[in-house]
Amino acid sequence: MTDQLQELVEREYQYGFTTDLDTDVAPKGLTEAVVRLISAKNSEPAWLLEWRLGAFRHFLTLEEPTWPNVHHEPIDYQDMSYWAAPKAKGPAPKSLDEIDPEMREMFDKLGISLAEQERLSGIAVDAIIDSVSVATTFKARLAEVGVIFCSFSDAVRDYPELVRKYLESVVSPRDNFFATLNSAVFSDGSFCYVPAGVHCPMELSTYFRINAAETGQFERTLIVAEAGATVSYLEGCTAPMRDEHQLHAAVVELVAAEDSQIKYSTVQNWYPVDADGRGGIYNFVTKRGRCAGARSKISWTQVETGSAITWKYPSVILQGDDSVGEFSSVAVTTNYQQADTGTKMIHIGRNTTSTILSKGISAGHAQNTYRGLVKILRSATGARNYTQCDSLLIGPDCGAHTFPYVEVKNDSAQVEHEASTSKIDEDQLFYCRQRGLSAEDATSMIVNGFCREVFDELPMEYAVEAQALMRVSLEGSVG
Amino acid sequence: MLSIRNLSATVDATRILNGVDLQINAGEVHAIMGPNGAGKSTLGQVLAGRDGYTVTDDVTYDGADLLVLTPEARAAAGLFLAFQYPVEIPGVGNMYFLRTAVNAVRLARGLPEYGAVDFLALAKEHMARLDMDPSLLSRSVNAGFSGGEKKRNEILQMSMLEPRLAILDETDSGLDIDALRVVAEGVQALRSPDRAILIITHYPRLLGYVVPDQVHVLSGGRIVRSGNSGLALELEAEGYGPTFAGQSGGATSPSIPLDAVPTP
Repeated sequence: MTDQLQELVEREYQYGFTTDLDTDVAPKGLTEAVVRLISAKNSEPAWLLEWRLGAFRHFLTLEEPTWPNVHHEPIDYQDMSYWAAPKAKGPAPKSLDEIDPEMREMFDKLGISLAEQERLSGIAVDAIIDSVSVATTFKARLAEVGVIFCSFSDAVRDYPELVRKYLESVVSPRDNFFATLNSAVFSDGSFCYVPAGVHCPMELSTYFRINAAETGQFERTLIVAEAGATVSYLEGCTAPMRDEHQLHAAVVELVAAEDSQIKYSTVQNWYPVDADGRGGIYNFVTKRGRCAGARSKISWTQVETGSAITWKYPSVILQGDDSVGEFSSVAVTTNYQQADTGTKMIHIGRNTTSTILSKGISAGHAQNTYRGLVKILRSATGARNYTQCDSLLIGPDCGAHTFPYVEVKNDSAQVEHEASTSKIDEDQLFYCRQRGLSAEDATSMIVNGFCREVFDELPMEYAVEAQALMRVSLEGSVG
Repeated sequence: MLSIRNLSATVDATRILNGVDLQINAGEVHAIMGPNGAGKSTLGQVLAGRDGYTVTDDVTYDGADLLVLTPEARAAAGLFLAFQYPVEIPGVGNMYFLRTAVNAVRLARGLPEYGAVDFLALAKEHMARLDMDPSLLSRSVNAGFSGGEKKRNEILQMSMLEPRLAILDETDSGLDIDALRVVAEGVQALRSPDRAILIITHYPRLLGYVVPDQVHVLSGGRIVRSGNSGLALELEAEGYGPTFAGQSGGATSPSIPLDAVPTP
């Protein structure tokens, strides 16, 4: 590339501030005592403590996987804290008005309003700082239609039978190294239950904020849509700028009964590495949905711009006949960021359909990998998959990689795969600039055009946010 | 308005422009003709600030050095290049692109930006004049446009960006006779005492609609002949042959000093 597209020098991370919250932090290290401490902090029932301990014992037998196409110094799992929470000032707040003003201010700064009346768009928010949920808005209005939306720990206390029924019904505590770690030490997360026939009347969202230093975040999210129910859920994530790496290892489980639909969108903007490769979040996440019932549908949409390393494969198990799985992804990596992301579509039921649309953008020294599995089991007569995988390179020092895996055990299946890799086009850039756009605006416009099909999948207001985020991410990636 | 003195341009060690001299005053229309590979398109690209050329010697635009400006600064200063091959930008709406460009240029010129509603009305008005289908606004920039649609889209951008110096790089090639007339009318409408137009073309047919004040023949990277609009017709009758013959003598350029060309 010419000097118009130089390697990325530096970029501003808008959410890198630290809030001085008085925080309770568990001692560093991963031990049975820490697992017990976390369980006790959440006043959990005995069965859940046993479940955690089972996962913890299994974790001790595992080794960190080495197959991802990412490189980092070994993680010292004893050199971080597994639980941190803003200290309660007096008794727990009874309503949203009683929330610690400093916390409220922090969320205001992030553009997340915890005051229901200010939220004209009517989006229910579960706000999580470090290891705990600090507020959930619109609970009452959702309860009117029977929708349960609360923190995971509240769900364990208030709806133990539901949690017990669906926990690990999609992701086993033995699923993989990071899922097992999460099962042992998970703290809070969001829980959502939409009863049969109910269309959730508003967007649900969880906002994750890591604030404490040298602490990992291990949340667990569980969303259940009963027969004929629909729900759209969005998560956003940010963290302060710090020189050390912080680990985020979450588990998300989605369960869709017959004729239900779950739409799960992510705008991930964890603090990335700086221009010299220092700091940033290790985002090692297990996300999976199960289309349990016939004609159910699960859609994953993700816009991944943050984190030093992203390792996640939001997947769908297509169990019910005629069920549908979708995965639409934009992954942007700049500086020294690394991403190994994609999806798994496991076709079990008859006439199941899956669509994969992946857009990877690399700039600076970043490495961006798409890894996807399409697996058609013997039982999946008439299954279809369409995969489209496009990579865009900005500058000479970045890389794009594609690892598609296809396993077909049924002759009637149709599987299509299309892939492209292109450099940002010099002609397009010159054309835009000749019309008066700055190099930066032109790049942002071209890249947004490249991602358009995925942004169209996001709920409207987030599509606008995603475009703005893309712009911030790429700032400085052209000379 | 535009003054080019001894302009040379090299790309990958190949010299493409080799001492071009050209003076264009406000209100004038100039045509540059010449055989394939003469450097006509390169001249347009270099003036618009295309990267990748090594350019020597001076080009002044409104008395200031043009070559130090970025492409977008040249656009803001009123320089417009209609591309020979308009570029496709998938996923970027034509309307959005046009409005962003017009507002960027207006902002740089100290003019207020257009709101979405006003702009749409204005764009539709311009499109009607160019006989363009309004649905082209909601498609991606040039993506899947026919050759004629692309060229009209260039003229639409030109008329909305209100340039002071418009360079049309073979805008007439590949157009049928109706499209040529529409495009020519679009160019003619832009003609005004404070604007200049430089038409790069192979064929004199556009010049039948937009009659130039001066015609130059570019060959071997320099201007080898200049004349009034009659030169275009002469070239059509005779081809570029004699021009080449004049050059192959190995002598220095037989270029006529611009001052000597009578202005009609």
